[in-house]
Amino acid sequence: MNISGSLGVWRQSLIRLLGVGMMGVVGVTEAAAEKVEGVEKGMPSVCFPYESGQPPGVATAIDRLVGAVLKERGIVSARPCSDEVFIRRVFLDVIGTLPTQREVVYFINSDDPEKRARLIDVLLARDEFVDYWTLKWCDLLRVKSEFPVNLWPNGVQAYHRWIRDAVKENRRYDVFARQLLTSSGSNFREPAVNFYRAVQGTEPEAIAEMVALTFMGVRTERWSENNRKELAAFFSRVAYKKTVEWKEEIIYLAPESTGSLMAVFPDRKRVTIAAGDDPRKVFADWLITKDNPWFTRSIANRVWYWLMGRGIIHEPDDIRPDNPVSNPALLAYLQGELVESGYDLKHLFRLILNSRTYQQSCISRSDDKYAAAYFACYTMRRLDAEVLVDALNGFGNTQEKYWSPIPEPFTFIPEDKRTITLSDGSITSQFLEMFGRPSRDKGYESERGTNPTEFQRLYMLNSTEMHTRIWRSPALQKIIAQSGKDRKATIRRVYLTLLSRRPTDGEMAIALAHFSGSARKAGVRGAVQDLAWALLNTKEFLYKH
Amino acid sequence: MKPPNNPLKVSRRHLLKTGAAAAIGAPFLNSVNFAGAAENKEGGPPDSPAPAKTVIEIWMWGGPSHLDTFDPKPDAGADYCGPYNEAVATVADGMQLNSRLPLMAKQADKFSLIRSMTHGVNAHETAAYLMQTGRSAGDGQVYPSIGSVVSKYKGYDHGYKGLLPPYIVLTQPHGRFSGEGFLGPKYKPFATGGDPNRDPFTVQGIIAKGITDARQQSRRDLLHSLDTLGKANPNSRDFKKLDVCEEKAYSMILGDARKVFDLSSESDALRDRYGRHSFGQSCMMARRLVENGVRYITITYKGWDTHKMHFNTMNQKLPQMDQGIATLFEDLAERGLLDSTIVWCSGEFGRTPKVLWNEPWKGGRGHFGACFSSLIGGGGFAGGHVVGASNDKGMEVEDRPVYPQDFLGSIYEKLGIDPEGTIANGRGENVPITIASEGKGRLKEIM
Repeated sequence: MNISGSLGVWRQSLIRLLGVGMMGVVGVTEAAAEKVEGVEKGMPSVCFPYESGQPPGVATAIDRLVGAVLKERGIVSARPCSDEVFIRRVFLDVIGTLPTQREVVYFINSDDPEKRARLIDVLLARDEFVDYWTLKWCDLLRVKSEFPVNLWPNGVQAYHRWIRDAVKENRRYDVFARQLLTSSGSNFREPAVNFYRAVQGTEPEAIAEMVALTFMGVRTERWSENNRKELAAFFSRVAYKKTVEWKEEIIYLAPESTGSLMAVFPDRKRVTIAAGDDPRKVFADWLITKDNPWFTRSIANRVWYWLMGRGIIHEPDDIRPDNPVSNPALLAYLQGELVESGYDLKHLFRLILNSRTYQQSCISRSDDKYAAAYFACYTMRRLDAEVLVDALNGFGNTQEKYWSPIPEPFTFIPEDKRTITLSDGSITSQFLEMFGRPSRDKGYESERGTNPTEFQRLYMLNSTEMHTRIWRSPALQKIIAQSGKDRKATIRRVYLTLLSRRPTDGEMAIALAHFSGSARKAGVRGAVQDLAWALLNTKEFLYKH
Repeated sequence: MKPPNNPLKVSRRHLLKTGAAAAIGAPFLNSVNFAGAAENKEGGPPDSPAPAKTVIEIWMWGGPSHLDTFDPKPDAGADYCGPYNEAVATVADGMQLNSRLPLMAKQADKFSLIRSMTHGVNAHETAAYLMQTGRSAGDGQVYPSIGSVVSKYKGYDHGYKGLLPPYIVLTQPHGRFSGEGFLGPKYKPFATGGDPNRDPFTVQGIIAKGITDARQQSRRDLLHSLDTLGKANPNSRDFKKLDVCEEKAYSMILGDARKVFDLSSESDALRDRYGRHSFGQSCMMARRLVENGVRYITITYKGWDTHKMHFNTMNQKLPQMDQGIATLFEDLAERGLLDSTIVWCSGEFGRTPKVLWNEPWKGGRGHFGACFSSLIGGGGFAGGHVVGASNDKGMEVEDRPVYPQDFLGSIYEKLGIDPEGTIANGRGENVPITIASEGKGRLKEIM
């Protein structure tokens, strides 16, 4: 993406600022801090610190389509979210990374009316965008060395790099899908063929099930035996052979396919495939057209789900006639935009992120039990396991202890690697297992565990790892070292470091009382550690909101 | 590597036919109704009381040599038995053990050996999956381990109200293979972390060094008063769930649960008998967890993947193993707990009977899934018996092959979980808890 050219001063500064390393912690000047305080005073009628009185930007087509359904159903939508909420949310949603204190203050203090749109563009161009969305695609494409799929480490590396390149160049989604569906060759030299290796079992029905799930958002387990067989026919000529190279595997067109093949597309159209033709290409030609709703519907709905936390069809990979579309016009609009833009997924990201619908508060103003399903508020979600542990390690200056059960070749995992950059689903850590990192077994979106468990809670409240992070955190040490008589300033810094915002007056009073009350004996260090511990355990820290 | 000709491989279609999932033929099945209807057929606890209430699994990760533990072949020659050219007689007629296991020999009336375990798989992951689930990998779904199945049928869903989670791993999780598979994270084990041979035993999240109870309480109060987002969203279902988890967590952090993990209340003499090492103290901790009602306890016992310098490692490990397991059986029996506690002990496979003397192995043993040994006792299993036999060199099963699902099915049966019942697989189908093997089935000889 071209980020030079006629950019305003503000944008250049922000890029410069946002382009710096994420782990640096920079003190906030008191002048900046006072200005943030001013934001707080300006809005008595809304729920500070989460909401804003001013609707952001302009209403977009998305907002009109969402609004029409809400109006029809008499559902009131949530208020706009505050700048503090927006910057944290959009960082987490788009690049899986928390904003630094400095980025937060810069953003909040900016008077630029276009600052949200500009920030979105900056984030879509950041390296972490590539890391984070590669991770997401690797979940869906089941990129892991072993069990229950068997890519093996070399295959994983090749495939991961191929996916990363595609995300980085924002490859057209139709091209991306076609490459995955139709490639042949060695798993090392033609990395896209690993698509056909990252599946449990190589029989045509297993492949068909995986293809339908990945590109049509459909579960063929729910189909009749006959329909499953019909789809499987398109993958009946996929053949696999080993080479003398260790763990190399060639995917190719089965040479024994002499007779012609009768096949039926999922829309019941029939086709005859000549001997020697690759039925996968015939299938791809059918699937990947602008007029085939199976293809664009699935991906448009997925992108919406990724950013909004809930699909227009939900779950997004369980599309079937009896699973309702909560807003058909909205889905049709997104499909149309995708095709018009040349299958540009970032275009869809930009449309959604810039909408008022995305920029709503998470606090629902409706009692309607379907309010969330019609997008009357932002859906809160716990941070992804990888994102959460990166945030904790960034805060604590600690490193994740990864391990892999794959005995050979021994996998080298640099300890300073961020978890969102991990390529191999077989490389894991106790934290990732505990917090529901997806298994990459089947590639369901629901493989990512988001339900809380008491073990997660024990970990956050009282594990050695958490105590160590609080003890070692360079950010906290700096705050403690700088703390003077002005306790309020100290408390503000802890808030900005962990929650990307200043405390409310009420929170400030509670924190001050803790400093002079029960934590008095523990001194400033102890009180700051207590406060940091508490904020790390708040729902606000743990959830995208 | 792929296992050659696996006898356990059952196709998904076969499963669907044999299971209660015949209705799968209908297109666009309504999953909710189907799952609801299927619920009734699940293999829950039967009406008659089962002898076993709880299970201790000693998981010898890496695969211990059967010849050098439970199936000694002192006459097979140095190329097979290495330096272990004598076996020790036990209190059980006809049962011998490796001579480095003299304490276990005295307790042999309390457990039986299966010397004809087989599955034919020589890769850690797939073999461990087989031993933990009774299934071959790669049929399109991931089955839960026995611990998770027990946690489902004996845990919170069925009235478990213990202080501690119903399924606990001492101390490190063994990854996917103690995992919950399609049952979902609710049935994951709680892994303690830490080391019970250290004081304090810092149990992950429950016992932390240097944080007093008063400070825990004051922090908890601070957290609650600063819960601004939670207060702004009082009706969030996610947040309510989180609050419930927090209550449970604090009942462990500040309640009596942590006393369970404090071994200092045990006598020094008994601690010494278990052995002052991580494995021995883990065995003792397992007994304490049994006393506190925990349903399934896994002791992850690492270090058995001895490709190189095998005998050096065994000389070091066998005495510790001997202390821990022998004392565990003795202690459980003295306290009257053995009748209701199943103890089993196995790796994912055995090791090649023929020693690799050449470089780089210098006396090593490779993976061996064709024939190996497992131990089981307590909870209604008869002690002092040997089930099945290997041939003279331990290379293959000679009599009565026992497959992983036969072994696991026997444990389920003693726990009152119908091994032939079905379990919902999370996508609207019911699948059998265990599938029939090609062998003679469950361990009737010792049940």
